Amino acid sequence: MYVAVKGGEKAIRNAHKLTAKRRRGDTSVPALTLEQIAEQLSHAVARVMGEGSLYDETLAALAIKQSRGDLIEAAFLMRAYRTTLPRFGYSQPVDTAKMLVERRISATYKDLPGGQMLGPTFDYSHRLLDFALAAEGEGGDLDAETSPVEDEPMPRVTDLLGDEGLIEPDPAADENAPVGDLTRDPLSFPADRDLRLQNLARGDEGFLLALAYSTQRGYGRTHPFAGEIRYGEVEVEFFAEELGFAVTLGSIKVTECQMINQFAGSAKTPPAFTRGYGLVFGQVERKAMSMAMVDRSLRWEELGEEQVAPAQDGEFVLSHSDNIQATGFVEHLKLPHYVDFQAELDLVRRMRGEWFEKRAREDAETAAKEAAE
Amino acid sequence: MNATAQIFDQGEYNFAYLDEQTKRMIRRAILKGIAIPGYQVPFASREMPMPYGWGTGGVQVTASILGKDDCLKMIDQGSDDTTNAVSLRGFFEKTANVRTTYETSEATVIQTRHRIPEKKLREDQVLVFQVPIPEPLRFLEPRETETRKMHALEDYGLMHVKLYEDIAKNGHIATTYAYPVMVNDRYVMDPSPTPKFDNPKIDEMAALQLYGAGREKRIYAIPPYTKVKSLDFEDYPFEVQKFDKPCGLCGAEHVYLDEVILDDKGGRMFVCSDSDYCEERRAAGHVGPMAANPAAQQIGGHGTNAEEASR
Repeated sequence: MYVAVKGGEKAIRNAHKLTAKRRRGDTSVPALTLEQIAEQLSHAVARVMGEGSLYDETLAALAIKQSRGDLIEAAFLMRAYRTTLPRFGYSQPVDTAKMLVERRISATYKDLPGGQMLGPTFDYSHRLLDFALAAEGEGGDLDAETSPVEDEPMPRVTDLLGDEGLIEPDPAADENAPVGDLTRDPLSFPADRDLRLQNLARGDEGFLLALAYSTQRGYGRTHPFAGEIRYGEVEVEFFAEELGFAVTLGSIKVTECQMINQFAGSAKTPPAFTRGYGLVFGQVERKAMSMAMVDRSLRWEELGEEQVAPAQDGEFVLSHSDNIQATGFVEHLKLPHYVDFQAELDLVRRMRGEWFEKRAREDAETAAKEAAE
Repeated sequence: MNATAQIFDQGEYNFAYLDEQTKRMIRRAILKGIAIPGYQVPFASREMPMPYGWGTGGVQVTASILGKDDCLKMIDQGSDDTTNAVSLRGFFEKTANVRTTYETSEATVIQTRHRIPEKKLREDQVLVFQVPIPEPLRFLEPRETETRKMHALEDYGLMHVKLYEDIAKNGHIATTYAYPVMVNDRYVMDPSPTPKFDNPKIDEMAALQLYGAGREKRIYAIPPYTKVKSLDFEDYPFEVQKFDKPCGLCGAEHVYLDEVILDDKGGRMFVCSDSDYCEERRAAGHVGPMAANPAAQQIGGHGTNAEEASR
């Protein structure tokens, strides 16, 4: 029995043993391998890498296995591991125009240089349960033809618009300006766009989705078009001081989304489309799109818009997007709080006592008055 | 290869888990906090292997100040053997291999959640608090941008209005824990969710008090012998909770008590929240009115679990 939340050590140890047992489930069923998770649950792996803020498919698969498929718990395991890793420095900016594209779509053009490439997607599929999969068949047609991965640079849609001056230019980056890092410095408000994007990239998919959705339903409307969504492999380079040039560390798969939003324009600037940007690890399009829409919403001040909706409120959005923080604080309510509760009990008892006393006094007064009449 | 990488190759963690660079960053924040009593110093809080809200701030502070010769006491709700206290003590036993204790007087560092030990602390002790929401003005003004300004301008009108409204509506200040204090006549501070019963202990305390909020990324401090005043009004002076019974086990008076429900017929007893204090008194022969009750046997001690009693 669990008396007054005391007697912890043995109870904790036993609880952990039981969790391990439940995690494994029926031992007559083969255990999952990390390869199976990494290969066959790649969307889960991508989400855990993104929200866990660490690109490593094998570790993410391990985290998913260890957390019994609780993806926020898995992302937390990644974060806790990440914090112990030595930090060598920052990579060079990734050039997504040089991406080895596996999927690339634009909703704003019928066709465009580089072409539309549907790639792997649930889009246009009919969401019918595939019972062939249940019968342990492979399901679907595995002989999918894949066109050779495009290795020519594929210009970004926003660059095409930019050539004509129809979209606001990306803010000219000062090469020497330090890029913020909220894992090294506490976030303070108002936060600049570099920090906002970092925060959103690590943010909870569900939270960003709901916020993006709210802007579509009138809470701070931004009139978005999916200018371009591309998914594929990019190289990550690191500038080695000792060598004097950048070396490639490896490649990662990312989804990039560029939202094209309503033209602003003022006395000083001509009307032009505006941008919202999303970039996430792996193929997580829902989040990349949501991130781009929320990014655009958060730019209200810079674009001279009015702040009317939650999705525009930087402090609100950025303070609550991190699901590791959120789940920790919500779930900490499971910890014993009986000392504070005792203090509240005492006050409520006292206030109730006073309330009944007052009512009895009033009743007595009324009765006395009635008797006098 | 740097030091941290080497340590991982050896399959071990750095002393007290955090790497030395991080500890140095946290120590700087602590020093700044000590220099400006009650001021919330932002720091680059790390992700820890326990969830936010479960003591990550306190753990980071403790990890940064702990030395090999320290003796650590870990309490939650005043007790050494509540589940999370057990878990966090185990964390430091594993990663720092320091001596731990249940005895308040033996400890050099005491990490706590929601209580301050009943026994008076000394100059050579440090009390580390786990803080969930460091901002005393948070529930009056949710915006950090605003509250920071209010602290800078020493503009605490909102807080006084809140306390006044409590009295007007309820006849009491309806804050029973995390009761706001004024530190060194300058900063209004949240003493973390300790019951207001403990507020007088913060004032002029001989020990250094460090407050760590991991999720909110803030550290603040009260140096030894600092004036700390609980907010009140001349005609409604600050008062602490009073219990009309002594501790059922050890008979202590003027201590904070936990209410323990014994059955479903309204049976209950009150026992010291500070379990070490209670045990020490009982060992010294003090007996409370309920000590003979069979239920008290189970609540009162570690007697039911030989392994844990052997500590």
